Amino acid sequence: MLRFLTRRLALLALTLFLTSILVFASTQILPGDVARLILGREAQDQALQDLREELGLNQPLPVQYTAWLTGFVSGDWGRAFTGGRPPIRPLVMERLGRSMQLALVTLILTVPLSVTLGVIAGLRENTWIDSVINILTLAVVGLPEFVTGLVLINVFALGLGWFPTGAALSSDAPLGEALRQMILPATAAGFVMMAYIVRMTRAGVIDEMKKTYVRTAILKGLSRRQVIVRHVLRNALLPTVTVIALSIGWLIGGLIVIENVFNYPGLGRLMTAAVEDKDIPLMQATVMVVVFFFALANLAADVVYALLNPRIRLE
Amino acid sequence: MITPVVQVEDFNLEYRLGKRWLNVLRDVSFAIMPDEIHGLVGESGSGKSTLALAIMNSFTPNARVAGGRVRFEGEDLLDRTPAEMRSIWGKRMSLVPQDALAALNPSHTVGDQIGEITRLHEGLSRRESLRRAEEMLRRVRISDPETVMRRYPHQLSGGMQQRVTIAMALSTSPRLLILDEPTTALDVTTQAVIVDLFRDLIHDTHAAALYVSHDLGLVAQLCDRVTVLYGGEVMACAPAADLYGRPLHPYTISLLASLPRRTEGAETRLPTIEGVAPALADRPAGCVFAARCPAALEQCRREKPPLEVIAGDRLIKCWRWREIASGALIIDTSPQQGAGDAPPRDGYVLTAQAMFKAFDPPTLVDRLLMTGRRPLRAVDDASLRVRARSTLGLVGESGSGKTTLARLIVGLETADAGALELLDMPLDLRLNRRPRSALRELQMVFQNPNDALNPYLSVGEQLGRAVRWLSDERLSRDTVRERVRALLSAVRLPETFAERYPVELSGGEKQRVAIARAFAADPALVVADEPTSALDVSVQSVILNLLKDLRALKGASYLLISHNLDAVAFLADWIVVMYLGEIVEQGSVAQVYSAPSHPYTEALISAIPVADPAAQRKHIRLEGELPSPRDLPTGCRFHTRCPRKIGAICEHDAPPIREAGDGHYIRCHIPIEDLTRLQVEDPAAHVSEAG
Repeated sequence: MLRFLTRRLALLALTLFLTSILVFASTQILPGDVARLILGREAQDQALQDLREELGLNQPLPVQYTAWLTGFVSGDWGRAFTGGRPPIRPLVMERLGRSMQLALVTLILTVPLSVTLGVIAGLRENTWIDSVINILTLAVVGLPEFVTGLVLINVFALGLGWFPTGAALSSDAPLGEALRQMILPATAAGFVMMAYIVRMTRAGVIDEMKKTYVRTAILKGLSRRQVIVRHVLRNALLPTVTVIALSIGWLIGGLIVIENVFNYPGLGRLMTAAVEDKDIPLMQATVMVVVFFFALANLAADVVYALLNPRIRLE
Repeated sequence: MITPVVQVEDFNLEYRLGKRWLNVLRDVSFAIMPDEIHGLVGESGSGKSTLALAIMNSFTPNARVAGGRVRFEGEDLLDRTPAEMRSIWGKRMSLVPQDALAALNPSHTVGDQIGEITRLHEGLSRRESLRRAEEMLRRVRISDPETVMRRYPHQLSGGMQQRVTIAMALSTSPRLLILDEPTTALDVTTQAVIVDLFRDLIHDTHAAALYVSHDLGLVAQLCDRVTVLYGGEVMACAPAADLYGRPLHPYTISLLASLPRRTEGAETRLPTIEGVAPALADRPAGCVFAARCPAALEQCRREKPPLEVIAGDRLIKCWRWREIASGALIIDTSPQQGAGDAPPRDGYVLTAQAMFKAFDPPTLVDRLLMTGRRPLRAVDDASLRVRARSTLGLVGESGSGKTTLARLIVGLETADAGALELLDMPLDLRLNRRPRSALRELQMVFQNPNDALNPYLSVGEQLGRAVRWLSDERLSRDTVRERVRALLSAVRLPETFAERYPVELSGGEKQRVAIARAFAADPALVVADEPTSALDVSVQSVILNLLKDLRALKGASYLLISHNLDAVAFLADWIVVMYLGEIVEQGSVAQVYSAPSHPYTEALISAIPVADPAAQRKHIRLEGELPSPRDLPTGCRFHTRCPRKIGAICEHDAPPIREAGDGHYIRCHIPIEDLTRLQVEDPAAHVSEAG
């Protein structure tokens, strides 16, 4: 296990390093002059020149890269170019917090329901219940997020008025209010995840039910319920747990469409805004954070899988 | 009148295949008495495991009972629902399954899984149940039960896993134990220990047992009565002494005669049962064995014989048993002398010098973390020579390195060190550096013919490929076709098989195709890795005979790798014994089979079950586990398990290689004379007789 962890952590560091190069390089390719972007079309040549000097834009790329990376690692993420040039780190952290809240609410709403449906479908393989669950979850995953998002807004926010349409909320709003705001986007995200979790769980249950140890358990005289709860689920849910852990990366950094549809102030919307404004330092910072969480989710998935699986844990 | 523990009466079971219902078990009747170990023998497809589970009233979803009864202690079982069976399963009858690792839950500790059964049936608390589990582990002679309790199944060796399943099955003292091929996956040495354990435990608990196996030898050594199943029908059922001593059914007679064994004369052939068992979908209307029976009459093909009770306690299903019993009909079971001797040739086809191979070397991470991980030394300084036109048998338990050594020779793995010579020419250790002529001369037959053939090519296509590829010149289509035809006829398959695909062949037929492919270019040496161990008993002798015929016909040599010493003794002239990567003994078959021999060889031979309940073989058992090749014992590698260990010298010094005769070498600290004396004159000093 120690071997395994060391190896995975080293890999994680390497991944982040390589991405940092990629991220930095790709932002350089974007068209447009940063100084003019900040100062506007009317700016004087001298002012532009000074700003370039100040931002280090005249230096060779490797130097700029090293400066950026050391700053990033030591916590100095610089200031954004646009929107009154706020410091980047607090901004990203605030949005990250919002994204994590939304991810948590999504998981709470989605996971228990999906796993239950998956187990039912797996145990009743090829019956009508199985078919209904399959068709429903597939239909939901087939719909693009902006469609489900708009439908949810129309029905539950505009129509029934149960939830807000997603007007931006101040960060010190009471918990109940914050939750009410998160329900609809979380539902939309949950719809996307549900099909994966259900199908993974179903496949896991079907696979495990065929294993010889299940026959052993039955012939011990255990009831069907005991066989399933004590013996089958523990093994059947291993792949599901992996899928859930992997999805955390997506929930934190990948909800771009949903956050925009619901006007939710998470990392995804911050990233789109940075791209729209050509705000390169902000773009770099958000992308790095998102990549970090994707990589972390990957690692978490492997570690959780290993922890739950004695065949790997005790290797 | 004693009530049988199990009574099966005219039991019929069908499987659904598409829209048809096929008969899996037909008119099966037999009984298991209290205190009896009842053997159920049959080849694959005979329905033996299905029958064993049917006795537990456990069926696959595609099965239906089509008549008959199964009684357990007088109660009719078949009309009980699974819910009603729950008070019987695990409490009054238990299953010891075939593949212990698969049968145990990978995510629960061993202690938990054993304890679960007493928690359920005897209402024990968790603590009490675990204490009971530990006690059970001690009873199945696990030396360190406290530790094993907390282990997960994959952390135990195969033999330990099987002990755990038996501990689980016995913890409620059931009346009936069903043992479904519980030792098939184990090494012969481990099997011998486990079978002794079964015998003791079953007799101690006064349970009745049904022991399902394909191994006639094992059943002879363990069982009181034996039922022989063929094609879903009972052929014979008798006390073991009668079944083996005075077999009355042609199937039993032929099967016993065909068992591989050491025979006189290098060119002797085993008697065989021709053909293959009928598939489920085309079982005949007449006697199910008639198509392969040497004594079949017209009546046998037309009409099924009844299952008759004879002499009060034997069952037999054959129209001609009376003639057999009276001696009027004698089924020829004598081994036949084969085609003339191959002309002896001097010299060696293959020389392997100081071969060395380690797997899984420590990585950078290991070095940084100082995990102390050592490489796995699979083959350590092994040297052997294969004489021209002869067979060298390479034997040892799994983990002995025998298969790795063979793969180094063939080039499937590259040796870390060593030197090879083929036909007196140096042979590169790396396969991609070997010239085509070397590939031609050195071919391999694999253990499992199902994996060794390409399922998408017809037999003719795959043989043709080998013929073309191994030839230096471009061959015309007709030449290739002609050679393929000749190859098929050499392995006694009809020409029409060229059009068939592997899926249309039986296991024995596939192995013949694999052998034909190895002979595609008249090789000098064929390496055969367990060529018969995946095959049914009735087919093994056919393949062994075929290998002998081809050796005589083509003048090839074999390197035969096997754990089955009987098969090796039949085919081989020379034997090399490996233990933990090292060669511990080599010599002629006669030398190795008789004293003096290495204590390990002695144990290997004594562990082979003899298909004769009256046989007295030396009773030497290797206790303890095979040490990890990652962490080899000091001194003599065998000292941790050696029944003839003489003292500290075995633990500290590597043993010398002693010469015990012409070409006979033994790696042991015990002087040759002492070894002979121990093994011949005074076997009782360390060894008790079986019985």
